[in-house]
Amino acid sequence: MGFIMSDNPPKDIKQFFFNKRWWIITTVLLVVFTLWTSEFQQANTTSVLVSTLRHSTPLVLGAMCGLLCERSGVINIGIEGQMLMSAWGGFMVASTSGSLLLGVFAGIGIGMMMGGVLAGISVGLRGDQIIAGTVINIAALGITSFFFSLGRTLPSGKAQVIKLGPLADIPVAGRVLFSNKPITYLTLLMVPTLWFLLFRTKWGLRTRAVGEHPSAAETVGISVIGMRYLNVIMGGGIAGLAGAYLSLEAVGSFERVMTNGKGFVALAVMIFGRWNPVGAWGAALLFGYASAIQTQFQFRDWLTDDPQFIGIIPFIVTIVVLAGFVGRARPPASIGQPYSRE
Amino acid sequence: MSNLRLFLMPILAVALAIATGALIIALSGSSPVDAYKALIDGSLSDSKSIGRTLEKATPLVMGGLAVAFAFKAGLFNIGGQGQLVFGALIAGAVGYGVTGLPWIIHTPLALLAGAVAGAMWGAIPGILKASRGAHEVITTIMLNFVALNMTDWLASKVWREEGVIVRTPHIESSAEIPRWGELPAGFFLAVVVAFLCWYLLRSTTFGFEIKSVGLNPNAASYAGISVKKIVIMTMAISGLLAALGGAIETQGVVGRYEPGFNAGLGFEGITIALLARTHPLAVIPAAVLIGAMEAGGSMMQFKADVSPEITDIIQALILIFVATPILVRWFLSQKETNELSVSTTWGS
Repeated sequence: MGFIMSDNPPKDIKQFFFNKRWWIITTVLLVVFTLWTSEFQQANTTSVLVSTLRHSTPLVLGAMCGLLCERSGVINIGIEGQMLMSAWGGFMVASTSGSLLLGVFAGIGIGMMMGGVLAGISVGLRGDQIIAGTVINIAALGITSFFFSLGRTLPSGKAQVIKLGPLADIPVAGRVLFSNKPITYLTLLMVPTLWFLLFRTKWGLRTRAVGEHPSAAETVGISVIGMRYLNVIMGGGIAGLAGAYLSLEAVGSFERVMTNGKGFVALAVMIFGRWNPVGAWGAALLFGYASAIQTQFQFRDWLTDDPQFIGIIPFIVTIVVLAGFVGRARPPASIGQPYSRE
Repeated sequence: MSNLRLFLMPILAVALAIATGALIIALSGSSPVDAYKALIDGSLSDSKSIGRTLEKATPLVMGGLAVAFAFKAGLFNIGGQGQLVFGALIAGAVGYGVTGLPWIIHTPLALLAGAVAGAMWGAIPGILKASRGAHEVITTIMLNFVALNMTDWLASKVWREEGVIVRTPHIESSAEIPRWGELPAGFFLAVVVAFLCWYLLRSTTFGFEIKSVGLNPNAASYAGISVKKIVIMTMAISGLLAALGGAIETQGVVGRYEPGFNAGLGFEGITIALLARTHPLAVIPAAVLIGAMEAGGSMMQFKADVSPEITDIIQALILIFVATPILVRWFLSQKETNELSVSTTWGS
């Protein structure tokens, strides 16, 4: 949970609950709201939670990509384009070769290449990071529309649910946590792993140093340019995994503009989670929930004549989060500034 | 700094993009010569195709101006798409809903209504940035999605024409922007607006304040300029410009608002503004260039069997070559570069 593993754990338990009161209140409200919209039935509650987790997966991955880049001082506004290119590339490879695994690797590879482009422009050539990201988004839109041919399918079908033995039989939790598809499991594992790497290893310390105070990092012998290249390319790979999730695991085909703003929502998720993997995971669940209750609205016959109002919920939530939290969350200090040795 | 070099750089970027595009066409198994011949045929060969090029270029001039204008204050408005569809819809609604006016009142009234709607929509990210520090890149993109859904709803529920197709009724003839022969009058309106923007930025106090905020908000604030006010005003004007493009499109070309009809127009504004290096007058030739590609795209598919999306790729390549500082560095020595920068206010 977002409030258990922050980077400075609180000393006193009372203080802890007080500090996290908004998280706790929100969680309680969401639980009550979920039970109410699903009419207090176990099957409905389970389906809301399952759908929350599925909607949150690409957002978690996108946010991980964003925070890897931003923790080392590079804004990545091109997550959307990186996801879209990988969704397309992964699908093309999987549909040609017939192997989903190959498709996922292709998606990750293309994501890393896109990360390399962003790093090349913004770190290597010291161009403006936001413009570089926008270029990636627009280029991805053009390239995927041009090279996409209709009528392709996945010979093997999309990725299947893997049930984790007896764990999957636990009521509610079994369906929600232990009967998922491969990339969803991988995402759930990636959150604590990345948290551990960022806050408990040498690599993580270096990454944060490079993002906070690059010239100080350079004086103790850390290669700022090297760290930034490494992290932006790795971040691209994670965004690529998110793209592969969309085309190979969630939908099972490629559609034009199938990312539909998820890369940008992921940035808001990252800010809401205060550049912390676990916090971002909690925030992504909140956004996933905002998408999941859309289906629940339909079950209850609310606003079915005006689907547009339901469609804008995640975007409105993003704006509210940005407007409400950006001032209070502090980004890495050197973000947005190209680095050059004196 | 040498003006000639500044002028050459975008041309070189376009040339590189066209050459790379030729390579892609050749690799996909068609003849690049035939394809580009057809492209020119469909966009510049006679008065009819030139008229179509200018027609396509009109919203692009406005979209490019919207991005370029915001850039002057250090703001990156990616919300042109949403502002444009709002302008197009409101102009359409006023165009058909208000009847019995002479055209001399009705046409400007509908244009103005669309523009004001866009200004209000554009002001929202400005207010969010000035009061809460939310970065405009994300809020404008989110507002694009909101605007698409909202205009969709208004066109399908509130102002819908009877029938199966979701669209507003055709506007009154008194709200239509005329054509002079094959030439669309709307294009000349856009050119006039470009000159107005250039004058405003170059020779007025307000323009000076905008540029000061763009160069250094702290210094501008110290000099007594209200940075928040400038941010909100600039975003509103930027939204107004994009929306006016949508209104001209409705009143001069389409004749009504139809969801999905203006798809993608707002994003091309970014390419155009960067190609013009954010100069309001340079936006005009940049928009005509992209407009010619759009106008000739269908001819290219018809004659040379090349998918018209190749023009999207060429545009993306232009953007890459324009935005990649390597070209800038190559042409200008490093100290002279007035590079475009919008990343400084991220998250603060």
